[in-house]
Amino acid sequence: MNKISIIIKREYMTRVRKKSFIIMTILAPVLMAAIIIVPTLVMMNQDQDFKKIAVIQDTPGLFKGVVPNTKNLEFDYLENVKLEDLQKTFQQAGYYGILFISSELVNTPNAIRLISKQQPPIALLQHIESSLEKEIEKQKLMTYNIQNLDEIMKNVETKVSIQTIKIDDSGKVKETSTGIAMALAYLSGFLMYMLVFIFGAQVMRGVIEEKTSRVVEVIVSSVKPIQLMMGKIIGIALVGLTQFLIWVFLTVGIVGVLKATILKKDNLTEVTQNVTKSVMTNDQQAAMGTQASQINPQMAEFSRIFDNAMNQPWGLIIICFIFYFITGYLLYASIFAAIGSAVDNETETQQFMLPVTIPIILALMVAMGTMQNPESSLSFWCSLIPLTSPVVMVARLPFGVPYWQIAVSMFLMIVTFIAFVWMAAKVYRTGILMYGKKTSWKEMWKWLRYSG
Amino acid sequence: MALFEAKDITKQFGTQFALDKVSISVPEQCIFGLLGPNGAGKTTLIRIINQITGPDSGELFLNGNKLKAEDVLSIGYLPEERGLYKKMKVGEQALYFAQLKGLSKAEAMKRLKYWFKKLDIVDWWGKKVEELSKGMQQKVQFITTILHEPKLIIFDEPFTGFDPVNTNVIKNEILFLRERGATIIFSTHNMESVEELCDNITLIDKAKTILEGNVNDIRRQWAANEYDIVFEGDVTLEGNGHYNILNKQTEENKSTIRLKTAGEADTNEILRTAVKSGKVLSFNPALPSMNEIFIRVVESRN
Repeated sequence: MNKISIIIKREYMTRVRKKSFIIMTILAPVLMAAIIIVPTLVMMNQDQDFKKIAVIQDTPGLFKGVVPNTKNLEFDYLENVKLEDLQKTFQQAGYYGILFISSELVNTPNAIRLISKQQPPIALLQHIESSLEKEIEKQKLMTYNIQNLDEIMKNVETKVSIQTIKIDDSGKVKETSTGIAMALAYLSGFLMYMLVFIFGAQVMRGVIEEKTSRVVEVIVSSVKPIQLMMGKIIGIALVGLTQFLIWVFLTVGIVGVLKATILKKDNLTEVTQNVTKSVMTNDQQAAMGTQASQINPQMAEFSRIFDNAMNQPWGLIIICFIFYFITGYLLYASIFAAIGSAVDNETETQQFMLPVTIPIILALMVAMGTMQNPESSLSFWCSLIPLTSPVVMVARLPFGVPYWQIAVSMFLMIVTFIAFVWMAAKVYRTGILMYGKKTSWKEMWKWLRYSG
Repeated sequence: MALFEAKDITKQFGTQFALDKVSISVPEQCIFGLLGPNGAGKTTLIRIINQITGPDSGELFLNGNKLKAEDVLSIGYLPEERGLYKKMKVGEQALYFAQLKGLSKAEAMKRLKYWFKKLDIVDWWGKKVEELSKGMQQKVQFITTILHEPKLIIFDEPFTGFDPVNTNVIKNEILFLRERGATIIFSTHNMESVEELCDNITLIDKAKTILEGNVNDIRRQWAANEYDIVFEGDVTLEGNGHYNILNKQTEENKSTIRLKTAGEADTNEILRTAVKSGKVLSFNPALPSMNEIFIRVVESRN
């Protein structure tokens, strides 16, 4: 036992002290934050960019004033101007673009054009489309000669926003959000895939390094091969956990700082609004509808999302994540260790890598599908089968999984990883001392049956 | 008493025998040569002694007791295919290996300082291994092999990578270790060093023991009716019915003549003839070199 801890310490210390580890550990959360913040900033900039758009119609006056101005958009309804002339000069005249509406639009949906130098933002297009759709519907309705049409229209104007409520066995009711469950499923599934794969591959490289530098024979004259293998696997697992915890810590810190600054500065609330809008349009609109009288609906919405997120079964998710990380990593790392021991250099690993990468990439794909349809039978089976279950199960968890399924999955996982570690140790023991021979799966199968 | 014994060790890989009932017995404080051509099974035997792999059948004894897992702490092993972690610092690495052999950090530090000084590599303590020359690396490796003061030390080709000066340094260290009570198993293809260092040998070929015993006894057994006569000055000796001249070497004031007698020889008769030819300085049975014996034994089996 003592010897394993010496090996673990070396594996851990040499990796943690590497420059690349320190850089990655600090840089990754910054990159993650950038991935979230940059699109927000871009969205903000777009919305704040003031745009003036010229509107030309072939039947002047038909749609006049239909597309309303907003804070950042101004529509100029021009008459007696030819499209061809304006096309050349609209930029000098200070217009962002020209909206050309044909009278045929009532019957032909695409009889409308937006001409601009740049790709127009989607928000602008949606604004124009929805305004015109409404107007045309209204005009069509008017042809039926209904009395008090305007009043009726106002009355029937409806918004629907589904509030999802989850009820557990004890009858406790929780407000949930599919958006948050999806985000969480995506994040944990992907993170699991990354952690298992990256650190599993590190084990393989470590084994190859020891084999090619011939250091391995010196070590196995002091410790048992399985001690060396397990020491390496555990040491690298600890490196992974360390990095993971630092990431969690830094991310929570960054989010905390952001939240504080956003809630403090009123002019920045739009950031939140934009973030939430992109994630959960429905909730946003609901909040706007029900809390319109409040001075700062965005803040209310923001905290609502936070509450929603807090309603996730965090305890279960974290415990399961750690369980599946440890067992899943042990499973794959032991396969990687066996492969590393069987080859003479890294290029030779190719032939063995494919059968190993297929299940884990399949798992990731199923996990992504799980977000669309958490109850599908494919997701169900893949969350039980040990090679795919770590990634798929953690992706299923935010949507609620019956306890018996988790129990079965965990049981299978434990049995399988023990079997794999045992087999890997046998292959490893023989492989590390074999040089210059091209190894095949068949050869590895033979090593499995060599005696001590 | 034998410090180490291996009895009827058999090891098979698939259908191929790596060792077929091989036995060795290594007396205490002996330098024991484990010889054999490439692929004979030496490395497998050494790995079995180090408990890196287990034998299919056969028994191993250290100090009269069956070899146990903890016994790796009383064995030091310098493998032929040796290596160090390239990116790790020399001192750190030496400490790591010492700790794996059960030394405490403080004790390991103390001994490392002594040995680094003795082998003149103190300045390299903080350097990475990849910055060291091959000879330097070998010295570090040598130290890590013997640092825990093992009772049994196994050297597999210990002199590769050393220049003649350092070879001599290491040779003296090996003799010094024996002096201090260590028993040494020494595997090499360098037969000169076998003659120089080894007391006993075992020669393995194709998984079987084909020659074993005390080095001098073996050489005498293989002497095969050859004698060296050393004369003062340049002397020529003619062959006759009793013996043939194999060769003659002349240097400065001496000439050495090797002759081979036909069958059992009357050495006095030879000497009488020799005395007539010049002044005899010495007359000895010529011992064949281990190199010759090795080649003859192995080739006779093919």
